[in-house]
Amino acid sequence: MTVPIPIEQILVQTVNGIVSGMILALVASGLTLIFGIMDVVNFAHGELVMLGAFVGATTLASTGSFWLAFVTAALVIALFGAVLQASTLRPLLGRDPLTTILATFGISLVLQKYALWQWGPSARKIQEPITGQFHLFYLEYPWYRVATAIFAAAIIGALWLFLRRGKYGIWIRAATQDRIMASAMGIPVPLVHTLVFAIGAGMAAASGVLFGPLGGVTQTMGFDFTLRAFIVVVVGGMGNLGGSILASIFVSLLEAYASLVVSPAQAVIASFVALILTLLFRPTGLFVPTPK
Amino acid sequence: MLALENVHTYYGKSHILHGVSIEVGRGEVVGLLGRNGVGKSTTLKTTMGLVRPAEGRVVFEGKDLAGLAPHKVAHVGIAYVPEDRRIFRLLSVLENLRTGLERPGLSAERRQALLEKVYASFPVLRERRNQAGGTLSGGEQQMLAIARAMMLEPKIILLDEPTEGLMPRMVSQIREIIAILHREGVAILLVEQNVPLTLEVSSRVYIMEKGQVRHHAPAAELRGNHAVIHQYLGV
Amino acid sequence: MTRDVGYWIGFAVVLALLTAAPLVLPEFWRRFATEILIWGLLAMSSDILIGYTGMVSFGHSAFFGLGMYGAAAALLGVRPPSLWLAIVSGLVGAGVVAVFVAYFSTRLRDIYFSITTLVFSQIFYVVIFTWTEVTGGENGLSFRQPPFAIPGVVSAAFTPVTLHWFVLGVVTLSYLVLRRVTQSPFGKVLQAIRENEARTRAIGYPIERFKIVAVMLSGLFAGLAGVLYAIQNKFAAPDFVFFAVSGEVVIFNVMGGMGTLVGPVAGAAFFLLLREGLSRFFTEYYLIPVGIIFTLMVMFVPQGLLGFLRRRLNP
Repeated sequence: MTVPIPIEQILVQTVNGIVSGMILALVASGLTLIFGIMDVVNFAHGELVMLGAFVGATTLASTGSFWLAFVTAALVIALFGAVLQASTLRPLLGRDPLTTILATFGISLVLQKYALWQWGPSARKIQEPITGQFHLFYLEYPWYRVATAIFAAAIIGALWLFLRRGKYGIWIRAATQDRIMASAMGIPVPLVHTLVFAIGAGMAAASGVLFGPLGGVTQTMGFDFTLRAFIVVVVGGMGNLGGSILASIFVSLLEAYASLVVSPAQAVIASFVALILTLLFRPTGLFVPTPK
Repeated sequence: MLALENVHTYYGKSHILHGVSIEVGRGEVVGLLGRNGVGKSTTLKTTMGLVRPAEGRVVFEGKDLAGLAPHKVAHVGIAYVPEDRRIFRLLSVLENLRTGLERPGLSAERRQALLEKVYASFPVLRERRNQAGGTLSGGEQQMLAIARAMMLEPKIILLDEPTEGLMPRMVSQIREIIAILHREGVAILLVEQNVPLTLEVSSRVYIMEKGQVRHHAPAAELRGNHAVIHQYLGV
Repeated sequence: MTRDVGYWIGFAVVLALLTAAPLVLPEFWRRFATEILIWGLLAMSSDILIGYTGMVSFGHSAFFGLGMYGAAAALLGVRPPSLWLAIVSGLVGAGVVAVFVAYFSTRLRDIYFSITTLVFSQIFYVVIFTWTEVTGGENGLSFRQPPFAIPGVVSAAFTPVTLHWFVLGVVTLSYLVLRRVTQSPFGKVLQAIRENEARTRAIGYPIERFKIVAVMLSGLFAGLAGVLYAIQNKFAAPDFVFFAVSGEVVIFNVMGGMGTLVGPVAGAAFFLLLREGLSRFFTEYYLIPVGIIFTLMVMFVPQGLLGFLRRRLNP
């Protein structure tokens, strides 16, 4: 008893998938950068998204400007990330990965409950800065969603440029490839680590603010992002920036299509299955050119 | 200028260096010979701050380098060219060189001048400047590794087995590079398995065995002393 | 030899205290003591993986939850409700999950394994949460507590006191079994795997087989804890399959002392008591100080409470 799904629905879900995928890509690229350079699997990454959303919501409520909220959230959480890394993760450099995943797990607990304490149990709202819709097939599709995808792409593009050019880009790429020789070349590796963590945190916060109008701002939203980002980073290849972006879109599309046939709550299983299949057949990542 | 004083270094529980004392004067080329596994590389790594000595000191220009992170050691004027070259494979040749050029207080003109100078000494690097480091041949990578260290304008370069795995033609090039560096007043601590080359370019030579310095003499003296060379190096 | 005797004396003392506990404690603390035992068993099962084999599982809630639901299935499906059937059913449920996880444990290392266990438990959470017809969805399942019955010999309903003794018996037995296992040559190999997997493999041990057994062992005992929980509380809910439970188990392990079996039990007790005490002052924010303590312990006292005490007692 197969019900044919109208092509328009599939196309709409494609757009939806790309939108969510770009937001997820912002989160995942930070996570994979952090892993690539300091071997830290940041269990608290989703909480950084959540905190960014809350800071954004609060700033928006007091200033009325979405863009100010966006920038404030990114900067505040980036700074917070730097402090966090320098105080708790830097001393752990060189210990086994078990320790860092446990430490970041502990941090995620603290951050989640801190948000509850600071902002209370009720959800916050972030109003989209661009209202209005356009006609997409059978739907009135919000402009904001499209703008989000474009904006997220722009941020990732800026990150890519930053890494390719400029002094810090070279420092980051050198320290990611060979931490010891980078240090021997006079690159202040501990500082570079903090910088990368701050960038990752800032991007996570940015995606939290962008996601706000789409999904709301709650204290528990973090775990979902952490889980998804982990899946994407594994599917895309740990430490592989391009891979994690492609994987974000791929996994989000899978979920979007899956929610055509099952409920959205069950559609997440699609991403879980993608992870399991990747681990079974291409454990270094689906989008890594040659498995090493 | 550089002195290791009674340095003891461990890797975990293994006692690798048993009280190594070595000196390198300003502008000197000093050789460090010994069989595989006697601790030559560890000596260089300890000097660079990549490994912390359990006992003893590393003193550079009168200052104790105790506990200094490797990037600070690089700033003080020591450069390191490791045993397996370890160039940044995914960075281009130019980007590899830039890792040493992105230093505070270096003007754009000075950077360009340093680049030009190294391109003049290593024309093949200019040719391949936009190629990824990993695509270079072994000899070219060795040149890049040394050129990269030269970007730091160091007072001393720690060279770990630069001729390993190279063809004889490239070995001559290494000899020339060492001569160029010496002319410019850069000191070199040269770890090598290639005895004739070492004796040719060095003014003094240390010979290590089992983590200790067993013999120390001017190179001139050792050139004819086959007995000592045979005893410690088996050649 | 004297240390051994000291150990067994200590063991006997603790056992005696735990046996006497339900007779003297008020209702609330009686239940609390029983729960500490159950979570302690869960923590011990996790220690086999985290502490002994070096594989961090973030998905123990899956074993626990399936043990719970497996027991629920037996208690709802078969009349009259049978205690032993519930246990078997729960173990089968947990065992099936363990087989899957065991398979992955042989192919993935470190973080990949941890992430996979996390994803696994979430898969089960989502399935259980949404498959309302079978699992009761959000609301879970509730059922009657089975009597303690040995066919032909005795059949008596549990009282809170006798239930506590039953749980104590099961947990003590489990502890003794696990202790035997970890001190056996098998256990030594597990620890060798944790220290240096490559070297252990190079020596010639079939790592994969050891890991599979470790996962099965860990999963089954975790499932057993789930069964006990179901019997004590007479319900099964998806909350217990959710990640938070896995996270708490990891906390028990780290705080109590990984690789000691007893440590995680102490860690569970410590955490639950902390939660009880702190929530008087901090209400639901108790996790903030606990989380901070946990992170600090990971950084500075990785050997946990037990390891710390051990150092103090044997200077």
